[in-house]
Amino acid sequence: MVVFEKPHALTDVPMHYCPGCTHGIVHRLVAEVIDELGIEGKTVGIAPVGCSVMAYNYFNCDMIEAAHGRAPAVATGVKRAEPDNIVFTYQGDGDLASIGTAETVHSAARNENITVIFINNAIYGMTGGQMAPTSLPGQVTQTSPYGRDVKLCGYPVKVCEMLSQLDGPEYLERVAVNNVKNIKNAKKAIKKAFQNQIDGKGFSLVEVISSCPTNWGLTPQNALKWIDEKMIPYYPLGVYKDRSAAKEETK
Amino acid sequence: MSEKVLMKGNEALAEAAIIAGCRHYFGYPITPQTEVAAYMAKRMPKIGGTFLQAESEIAAINMVYGVSSTGHRVMTSSSSPGISLKGEGLSYLAGSDLPALVINVQRGGPGLGGIQPSQSDYFQATKGGAHGDFHMIVLAPASVQEMADLTVKGFELADKYRMTSMVLADGTMGQMMEPVSLEYDIKPAPEKPWATTGTKMQREHNIINSLSLVPEELERLNIERYKRYDEVEKNEVMYEEYMMDDAEICIAAFGIAARVSKNAITEARRQGIKAGMIRPITLWPFPKAPFKKAAKSVKQFISVELSMGQMIEDVRLATECRVPVTLCNRVGGMIPSPEMVLEAIKEAAKNGGAR
Repeated sequence: MVVFEKPHALTDVPMHYCPGCTHGIVHRLVAEVIDELGIEGKTVGIAPVGCSVMAYNYFNCDMIEAAHGRAPAVATGVKRAEPDNIVFTYQGDGDLASIGTAETVHSAARNENITVIFINNAIYGMTGGQMAPTSLPGQVTQTSPYGRDVKLCGYPVKVCEMLSQLDGPEYLERVAVNNVKNIKNAKKAIKKAFQNQIDGKGFSLVEVISSCPTNWGLTPQNALKWIDEKMIPYYPLGVYKDRSAAKEETK
Repeated sequence: MSEKVLMKGNEALAEAAIIAGCRHYFGYPITPQTEVAAYMAKRMPKIGGTFLQAESEIAAINMVYGVSSTGHRVMTSSSSPGISLKGEGLSYLAGSDLPALVINVQRGGPGLGGIQPSQSDYFQATKGGAHGDFHMIVLAPASVQEMADLTVKGFELADKYRMTSMVLADGTMGQMMEPVSLEYDIKPAPEKPWATTGTKMQREHNIINSLSLVPEELERLNIERYKRYDEVEKNEVMYEEYMMDDAEICIAAFGIAARVSKNAITEARRQGIKAGMIRPITLWPFPKAPFKKAAKSVKQFISVELSMGQMIEDVRLATECRVPVTLCNRVGGMIPSPEMVLEAIKEAAKNGGAR
């Protein structure tokens, strides 16, 4: 009896991620959801620029590599042209919350019927650990070597909180993947974000608090602890918007 | 004979795009191309198409990138400052070998410039327009009829060669009204087995991508793309020759500059000066052959442009600097008058082509 196998929606290509990086976990969760919903054949994924730029090699569905930050605009084009396709973007914090802020905000405002998987690890990983829009106050990075000084570079962007102020988006939830319980919740949220699209409900974004042991300068284990100790207090987990659920309650 | 209707250039272009099978338009408001968006906003919902006003020019071109990935005909339009913003997307479209149609109804620059006609985006359009080695097919209409015809042609060429076609118009072409016939024999778009519309679990996954980290591989891709560009240069050059049989003075001009120059040539001929014109219709690929040939008999070339002298460089290259090439130009939204062009012709004739 098979008790554990690779999801069909993942390819056999070895991933390039660093040891202890949680991208692999999130890739797997997305792939499991695609399998369980039986949508691989009609799914189109949009990869970002950043550590997950090569996600197009790892998912078995059709994939498009977008310019930095533009994945929601590319996804908009795909979804408008082929409304029966299931379209998701997979983006990091630099991509989604810095260079692509406008595309993020406006695809949410339009309630574009797409699914956005947002990896927040508070750092630019691919380019070697620069300050991200989500880097914590005081966080030491290559471009904030004395710690992020909020007087000089401002405060982190809290994406779920920000987007929750818009009337547009259907569903916004922040999850983490630093322990089994959180990973299970993350999968539930990702599944809901895809199901919403299938049901035609609109823009669904799952922010996944992730680790970057390499650029945080921590062991994989300590990086997972750092999520509990530093990241989650600043970025509280939970549902920030669920329009359909809110409607149910008011009935 | 087909029925003619009186239309504005921007509207003729938009209707021609719909006739060519374009059902997806993304744009951002900018003068002087606004009528394209306004026309699409009215028409697209009625024919089951997409009109979407994007949050930025950058988003618009990336929406185009998304639609093109699915294999559908798609376009965006803008004017000079907006095209600069689209530059990123143009480079990615080229790198991913995606077909698209982009309209630039040029206005004066640089920077915010003005809103009157210009041809000062010639370098940007013909020499790539953004980072990396690439070309776009650049089509330059000189009438409202050509605004429509070259739009249809642009879609066909984009699909045929998997690259971006740009209609490089100027504010005059966009705004003026002329009678047009919009009867076309539209050929079905070619099969696009590379499109990302879902594997249906029937094939390997398709990937639309411009990233290639292995230098040997990226070199190979660039060389292959340029072989395709060679085919375009071989097969798709378009130009008009006007009174060139015995011409001693040859004007090089496109778009509104060519319209003005025709008047000047008529008057020059009346005054006994043998003037003619080569009007490039494709700015890339540039019609090198007719210029090279003309350089054997013509005494002087005059490049008439609404820029500080951009196409003149291609004229000099094509003629291998065998005979003098002078510039007759206005910029900043100004248009050379027929009288100004006539003076340039007379001056050239007086000098007998001397430098």
